[in-house]
Amino acid sequence: MKKNGVNMIKISAKNVDVFYGKKQALFNINLDIEENQVTALIGPSGCGKSTFLRCLNRMNDVIDICKVQGEIVINDFNINDKGCDVVRLREKIGMVFQKPNPFPKTLYENISYGPSIHGMAQSKQEMDEIVEISLKKAALWEEVKDRLHEPGTGLSGGQQQRLCIARAISVQPEVILMDEPCSALDPIATAQIEELIDELKKEHTIIIVTHSMAQAARVSQRTGFFHLGELIEHGLTDKIFKNPDNTKTQDYITGRFG
Amino acid sequence: MNKNKEKLLAKRYSSEKRFQFLGKSAIFMALLFLAFFIFKIFSTGYTAFQKTWLIVPVNFDVETMYLDANPSKEDLEDADYFEISLQSMFNLDKNANEKQQNELKKMVSYFFEREIKQELINDPSLLGKTKEIYLTASDDLDQVFKGNYPRDLPEKQRRVTDYQLKIFDQLVEQGKVESKFNLSFFTYPDSREAELAGIASSFMGSIFSILVCLAIAFPVAVLAAIYLEEFAPKNRFTDFIEVNINNLAAVPSIVFGLLGLGILLAVFQLPRSTPLVGGITLSLMTLPTIIIACRASLKAVPPSIREAALAMGASRMQTTMHHTVPLSMPGTLSGTIIGLAQALGETAPLILIGMVAFVNTIPGSPMDPAASLPVQIYIWAESAERGFVEKVSACIMVLLGFLIIMNLFAQIIRHKFEKKWS
Repeated sequence: MKKNGVNMIKISAKNVDVFYGKKQALFNINLDIEENQVTALIGPSGCGKSTFLRCLNRMNDVIDICKVQGEIVINDFNINDKGCDVVRLREKIGMVFQKPNPFPKTLYENISYGPSIHGMAQSKQEMDEIVEISLKKAALWEEVKDRLHEPGTGLSGGQQQRLCIARAISVQPEVILMDEPCSALDPIATAQIEELIDELKKEHTIIIVTHSMAQAARVSQRTGFFHLGELIEHGLTDKIFKNPDNTKTQDYITGRFG
Repeated sequence: MNKNKEKLLAKRYSSEKRFQFLGKSAIFMALLFLAFFIFKIFSTGYTAFQKTWLIVPVNFDVETMYLDANPSKEDLEDADYFEISLQSMFNLDKNANEKQQNELKKMVSYFFEREIKQELINDPSLLGKTKEIYLTASDDLDQVFKGNYPRDLPEKQRRVTDYQLKIFDQLVEQGKVESKFNLSFFTYPDSREAELAGIASSFMGSIFSILVCLAIAFPVAVLAAIYLEEFAPKNRFTDFIEVNINNLAAVPSIVFGLLGLGILLAVFQLPRSTPLVGGITLSLMTLPTIIIACRASLKAVPPSIREAALAMGASRMQTTMHHTVPLSMPGTLSGTIIGLAQALGETAPLILIGMVAFVNTIPGSPMDPAASLPVQIYIWAESAERGFVEKVSACIMVLLGFLIIMNLFAQIIRHKFEKKWS
């Protein structure tokens, strides 16, 4: 969706600080994320990129000692406001984790869980449709359509991760957060997921945390580089990889540290 | 240098061998103790499952019983059986003097009159006829027949007289003594007479206590565990609670008995000696066990499952109830069963709340007075009669069987219903 040739801003983080107890993990992050684009967050381990990702759907709430300050505006609404309903928020912002984590239930139940708790299907038929569409979008339908009622944990790693993606898109989120979705997968499964990400960006805004710079370069349009809790540089992926402004970015991308 | 190294290596191997030998001998010792214990229990106890009967001809004489020729059912109930019962015992030796007649009477249990009555009520056509009837032998003769009785002691030190032995031996020779499966051990309540004592009242007491204990401890413990593990904030206060729950699990059981005595009986005036009070007291003991088991199995549910549910927009309550709790149930249930098995074997608190009383009725509800299996063992072990020795072992066997079944059940639940996650 473009307005005057410029991509719409979907998420806007302003002055975000995150603390684990007394230790500060993120320092004054300011980042705009554009709609229907893939934004990659890269950086060495422990740089805070996953922490930032988890701020966007308030998953840091689960950690008792974690405190988030600053504004994160999604659809003109600051999600760090007290009035924000996390259940609604997480319905709009799906998440895929590093390790595939399907529920130890059937494939069907894995997909139908989200729509059923949010009351998105009125009948069994509608639910069947949602399951089918979600699996098709995740490019898993052909492989599993005959065993929808077998446990989701019986799939291969790559299939499990696509199942998790299907589960995430079953509630039609506007944004999908991916926390190193391919780090536990082999190259073939990784290629499948990357293809999928490219497809999904037509309907969803995607933010992906990755360790692999090659992956960031392949799938993303925009990239943000984190280092020691600070957002060092962000911009078009092409520019970050070919001609970064900051020497730290340069060093990281050329493999001098990290 | 090289030599030193080899020496060191040899030393390391020999120390490993020594350690393995010590470990193996420890296991051997433990098995030996267990084998000895089980052998002892079974070798003393197995005879209690047999009971000795004297086969005595009884003449259902209409006149002696003060009956008409065609009595109604009520008449049969009200008839006088004492005279014919006595007479049939006296008939074993027609020349017996008064003292010997008294001894003859004591060769069977004091239930003999009831046994004879039951025979006639079951088959009224016996009236006016003579029939050989099985009568429960006295506990001492029962022991004589089982070969557990020291016959060579001087008569003064025995409860069985020479005369009784003489008659008994005659009966054995005539084939009028029989040993049959001791059904009454399972169907009769406790009795002062060893030959009539059974475990029905203590067995039912144990069952009722365990059910009360389960009904109270399980919901309370599971709710407490879920709240503490999934919802409660982690702060000093909850740490304090956690430490105290662990302490509670280590409190000697007799202390819980005192609590039951002081609060349930004294303050709330609940009926004494009942499985209700016993069950509540035991539930206090079982609570920490179940809480700890439930929390451990909640902890074992991988956090990735919780995150997956939360990220789908499930509330904390939904995450807990739809995912975490079902996944933790196998562990919780097997912990519960082990807690209940512990409670089943508990004696001290039950003695304090009065379940040690002599109860010769079978309880029909948790509000009726009852004993429990371990307390029954305690009561019988205190009794002087020779007949109770085997009963103690038999009761232990029943209790052990009960415990083994429960533990097996816990194992099956754990293995069968535990879900595997990648």
